[in-house]
Amino acid sequence: MPTISVDKAELYKALGQEYTTEQFEELCFDFGIELDEDTTDQERPIVNGKQEPAQLKIEIPANRYDMLCFEGIALMLNIFRGKLPLPNYRLVKPQSGKLESITVTKNTERVRPYVSAAILRNVTFTQESYNSFISLQDKLHQNLARQRTLVAIGTHDLDTIKGPFTYDALPPKEIAFIPLNQTKKMNGEALMEFYANDKNLGKYLNIIKDKPVYPVIFDSEKTVCSLPPIINGNHSKITLKTTNVFIEMTATDRTKLEIVNNIIVAMFSQYCAEEFTIEPVEIISEHNGESRITPDISPRSAEAEVDYINACTGLDESPERICELLTKMCYSAKPSSKDKNIIDVSIPPTRADVLHQCDIMEDVAIAYGFNNLPRSSYNKSSTVAQPLLMNKLGDIVRLESAMAGWTEVMPLILCSHDENFAWLNRKDDGNTAVKLANPKTAEYQIVRTSLLPGLLKTIRENKKHSVPIKVFEVSDVAFKDVTLERKSKNERHFAAAWYGKTSGFEIVHGLLDRVLLMLKTAFVTHEEGLEGKKLQYDVKEDPSKPDGYWIEEIDEPTFFSGHAAAIFLRLNGKAVRIGEFGILHPTVLDKFELRYPVSTLEINLEVFL
Amino acid sequence: MATAENTGDLPSEILHALSEKEPLLSAEAFPSIKSADVKSALDRLGSRSMLTYETIDREEAVLEPEAEQIAASGSHEARVFEALRNAMGGLTVAELESAVGDKNVAKVGQGKAFKSKWIAKGKDGKLVASAESIEDTTREQLQIIQKTSTHPDPKVITDLKKRKLIKMQKVISFKINKGPKFALEMVKEETDLTADMLASGAWKTANFKPYNFKALGADQNAGALHPLNKVRHEFRQIFFEMGFEEMPTNHFVETGFWNFDALFVPQQHPARDLQDTFYISDPVSADKPRAESDDDKADYEEYWKNVKDVHQEGKYGSIGYRYPWAEDESLRLVLRTHTTAISTAMLHKLAQQKGPDGRPPPARYFSIDRVFRNETVDATHLAEFHQVEGVIADYGLTLGGLMEFMTTFFEKMGLGADLRFKPAYNPYTEPSMEIFSFHKGLNKLVEIGNSGMFRPEMLEAMGLPKDMRVYGWGLSLERPTMIKYKVNNIRELLGHKVDLSFIERNPAVRLEKT
Repeated sequence: MPTISVDKAELYKALGQEYTTEQFEELCFDFGIELDEDTTDQERPIVNGKQEPAQLKIEIPANRYDMLCFEGIALMLNIFRGKLPLPNYRLVKPQSGKLESITVTKNTERVRPYVSAAILRNVTFTQESYNSFISLQDKLHQNLARQRTLVAIGTHDLDTIKGPFTYDALPPKEIAFIPLNQTKKMNGEALMEFYANDKNLGKYLNIIKDKPVYPVIFDSEKTVCSLPPIINGNHSKITLKTTNVFIEMTATDRTKLEIVNNIIVAMFSQYCAEEFTIEPVEIISEHNGESRITPDISPRSAEAEVDYINACTGLDESPERICELLTKMCYSAKPSSKDKNIIDVSIPPTRADVLHQCDIMEDVAIAYGFNNLPRSSYNKSSTVAQPLLMNKLGDIVRLESAMAGWTEVMPLILCSHDENFAWLNRKDDGNTAVKLANPKTAEYQIVRTSLLPGLLKTIRENKKHSVPIKVFEVSDVAFKDVTLERKSKNERHFAAAWYGKTSGFEIVHGLLDRVLLMLKTAFVTHEEGLEGKKLQYDVKEDPSKPDGYWIEEIDEPTFFSGHAAAIFLRLNGKAVRIGEFGILHPTVLDKFELRYPVSTLEINLEVFL
Repeated sequence: MATAENTGDLPSEILHALSEKEPLLSAEAFPSIKSADVKSALDRLGSRSMLTYETIDREEAVLEPEAEQIAASGSHEARVFEALRNAMGGLTVAELESAVGDKNVAKVGQGKAFKSKWIAKGKDGKLVASAESIEDTTREQLQIIQKTSTHPDPKVITDLKKRKLIKMQKVISFKINKGPKFALEMVKEETDLTADMLASGAWKTANFKPYNFKALGADQNAGALHPLNKVRHEFRQIFFEMGFEEMPTNHFVETGFWNFDALFVPQQHPARDLQDTFYISDPVSADKPRAESDDDKADYEEYWKNVKDVHQEGKYGSIGYRYPWAEDESLRLVLRTHTTAISTAMLHKLAQQKGPDGRPPPARYFSIDRVFRNETVDATHLAEFHQVEGVIADYGLTLGGLMEFMTTFFEKMGLGADLRFKPAYNPYTEPSMEIFSFHKGLNKLVEIGNSGMFRPEMLEAMGLPKDMRVYGWGLSLERPTMIKYKVNNIRELLGHKVDLSFIERNPAVRLEKT
């Protein structure tokens, strides 16, 4: 969520009322924005010998682009409080009657196909409104425009340039100009080099860097106005004294392009000599049928159903009362003359977030006050509770292990490639583990395929604990499986590790026996053991007893030779290896920085479902 | 002094000494034995009522190493004075140093001796003694303390302490009296009742050592469940009490489609950034959604198209996001960023079901499982955490019903009173509400969960009827647990750095108790 800093005194002046911090917090809460911080009682930076005035830092929901600046916050709060109506934004032609224009060449399709523009005439900026103007562009670039990839804004002093304008795309070497706040003329290639390490602009270079052509906006005298989405020309730079502002926007996303245009002109046309007037610009773009006059600030008409709004909110309001509530949220609405159940809603150009009548319904609820809405029962129907069988099985194993004196741990699921393979003396065959594309650290390279790394790391971090340490985990690992839609499957595993002065091999073996004993369904071979007086753990496969588990010695590099076994399970006549246990090889201990012997056990629980 | 032979049997020595002198002072009788050893012997005897004792705390002054030197050879200034008095015609500074034999003593001593006018500078610049005789008070005071461990004048003690020449040391000794069962010999005491005693009848005559009721019992070497899973268990119970079915969350890897697109999260949404979401490099990309079991008769082609349309052109009364929707983006594999990806698949399955009235039946689903975010790790953020998520699908649900539900739900955790709901934004719910509860410790409202009604763009694309509304809400498992157990760092709760003693000693979870 973007956070906007506004001058507290100025905002209260605009709202025509003083608030205590708590009162203002309350207002924000009801409206759905959040007061993050009030800097009144904090040490504030001193700029040019003057202490920064107290600020309110307000968090704005990510879809409310119309509140990304002081002007928008003040306006929307005033409308919400019923103090101001929605401004009547108007398009006004210039006195000459002839619109400024931008002609778009087909070349731009190769890099950044769309452009939009507007002119604000006879603007009077103050330092504050000027800063806010710059900052709004910044916020729009960061949020809605996804770091300028979707839309980039350029603002110019119209009195320094002369239309009609051209939006073209040329090879980088053919574009030469002095970039904003620089003194040296450079071409597109040199510019890329010049800004390569710039901490503000460097991150935008990649958007066009390797394209054969760069987008460029020229005036009628071939003066470069901007090279979007990187930088404007110094020639047409706007200042505090600028009165006629030419705003151009280029984009790869035409929907967001018009949203940006609408937001900027809606927020800043209030500083025009004739308030809320905008001079449109003609876009001539024949090759792709995008010729039009921008901006289009006409409100969008939509219909909302009275019964839908009442049913969702639990209210029983008349169409008239709903229309009244909607005015607080920036709409103008009236009951339809044709259908009693319909409200005709006119959505202002600033409310690009409204997509469906559910958005209108929510605004009715906000205007009414969420916390004032009538409560009703959520028990419309009865449903049957049901645990996931895998979790039920997992819980049995967890409880039995804890009852046997083992401690449950919850390590992370992501781990490094080495921890999962090399450190366990295991090889990655390339078809086993799911690998991450963009981890921030080497700790998170893959999704674990075994619970052992987590157990061993937990022991490593707990070496101060008295020995023996007996830990276990029941949780999922994941494997690649290209036959599935998601190309991967989870598998529920149970694993345990003993760490002590002796190997604990028999104790880990005993835990396996105990857990399998408790999972009676999988233990048919030893049925007589369950009911008889003597438990028999016959480890030899006996063909006369079709189902059961047995273990076989294995020689695998994870384990100490001669002290490891695979665990086999025969269910319904089908035998599968479900896991293994053994004393870890000393080279494994070394990698995990463990001083004492460790025995581990790991089995797949899915087969017991 | 005690007359007992040095047998090493301290209790016996004490009994013998006490038979000769009462009260007995340990400081006098056993000056060289450590007071801790004396105390343990006294406790042993005391527990058999053979003696009683009082503890005497006393402070003693002890000389610091520098003071030991002064007590032996005199203060620095006195040593300087003596050296100069013994020299004919005074000494240069260098000569003085070698005469005193210690550079530091000579230097410090000069200063003090000048101040006391014991020495002066001669005409030739040499140092000479200027007093006939002097009194070395410091040395005398320190010698007294060395002998008696104290000084009659408390001001002297304070002054010497300030000069860091002495320090005070606590000395514990005991005043011992005979107890009701005083005897010279200790009777053998049994510590435990054994099977042998029962067999032989020895229990009838044996003397039993009194049990120490102030000590803890024996360690149980108990197993333990992880605190986070104990809280998870409580949440599951709450869901079961309220009629919820647990969802299968066995997909760490999801597709862009299920994790985002199907939830009406646009493809340019910041949550889909590399900065926030883990993408998968191997395997490379997913298949289009499809049935993975024979009984799944849903038309996935149509669902895919509906999702595309609602993003790209708008549908179901929505104008959509109006951008070119890319199939490739939807087929990218991600680690699920929320379990809502699972809820979506469940709701899509629900849309295919027919209840008795021919419509999808009402349903309640929940899950508690791991989700992944590509976050920079700090005290409150890990790349993994658990999401608690619930979904209610039914006809005729209202926003007030959602608030009522959340109140009941959080009441079961002891948080139901004074909940407040704040309008919020979430791409897949509308309305969206953040749930706040007043936190007494922090004296402010804290956010405890997020909730809302799923957007029609998401539900109708699945084929759910327009009048079926779906509540969804979620919270993390870690946050309430951290608040409950006063854990400040999430790494102390989840992951391999968690302290095993914390797991072993963590009490049972009873969420309803506040």
